[in-house]
Amino acid sequence: MAENNRAVVKLKERFADALLEYKEHRGEVTVTVKKESILEVLKYLRDDLRYNFLSDVTAVDYLGQEPRFMVVYHLLSIPNKDRVRVKAPVTEADCSIDSVTPLWNSANWLEREAYDLFGINFKNHPNLVRILMTDDWVGHPLRKDYPLQGPDREPYKGRLS
Amino acid sequence: MGVTQPLGDNIITTSLDSLVNWARKSSIWPMTFGLACCAIEMMATGAAKHDLDRFGIIFRASPRQSDCIIIAGTVTKKMLPVIKTVYEQMPEPKWVVAMGACACSGGIFDTYSVVQGIDEALPVDVYIPGCPPRPEALLYGLMKLQDKIANEKNSFGSSIGLGERLEPAA
Repeated sequence: MAENNRAVVKLKERFADALLEYKEHRGEVTVTVKKESILEVLKYLRDDLRYNFLSDVTAVDYLGQEPRFMVVYHLLSIPNKDRVRVKAPVTEADCSIDSVTPLWNSANWLEREAYDLFGINFKNHPNLVRILMTDDWVGHPLRKDYPLQGPDREPYKGRLS
Repeated sequence: MGVTQPLGDNIITTSLDSLVNWARKSSIWPMTFGLACCAIEMMATGAAKHDLDRFGIIFRASPRQSDCIIIAGTVTKKMLPVIKTVYEQMPEPKWVVAMGACACSGGIFDTYSVVQGIDEALPVDVYIPGCPPRPEALLYGLMKLQDKIANEKNSFGSSIGLGERLEPAA
């Protein structure tokens, strides 16, 4: 159970007011924290609990829900052979979160990708420019309200249209 | 035909056309340029079993020494300026082959990031359907291109300032 997970126990002690939710599903532990404390939580996980490898930074668009976005960090502890997933909700109105590039350099391009495709601004990122789409691209294609065929085309309406 | 031809409509013009067209169609040098899985089929076509060399088709690693570009694969909007640059570097005369469903129409990638057919940007001479086309299909397409080159009228003459190029009726 998630309550017994080492990381969850420690985070509950230390970041009681920042911890929003924790759960375990099929052996994978996910903790949701407030976005204001993401940097401290990840630093604590990295330095004290030895989750030393950041394997992914990405985002999810829950269009129609509030907060709309969830930024997701996948951590791996190489010494303990253990993984944890950290999530932080981000609203559409204030679509920004602290960059974790000071903790892991590997977050640089991952955050650029999340910025490019979801439009999430990572504060204090050293070079927050598009990485996949062209520099002059308008919009963020992985947002659920982005038209699949692009804004300049008639949307697909089925085979017989 | 209503077009002034300084060399006259005589045996010399037809001979020049057939000589030049024969030379051109027998030494099509395509640009080495692959974009996706079609490029694997293109390489297979160039390799020993199908052997493009027997048509005088030799892949050339520089656009400045090529006269044909085979658009072999999905053209993304990010790649399009690169393809245009490569195409513009090729000397005249030059031909474009759209190989596969993606290059012809965008194929299954009906999305914001993919060009819906390279004919939006380049003048395509031969379209080859398939996903990806088998080497036989590419060979057939290139033979169609050879037929097209063989039937060009006054293409060489017009390029050295002797009259207009004659476009075949349809």
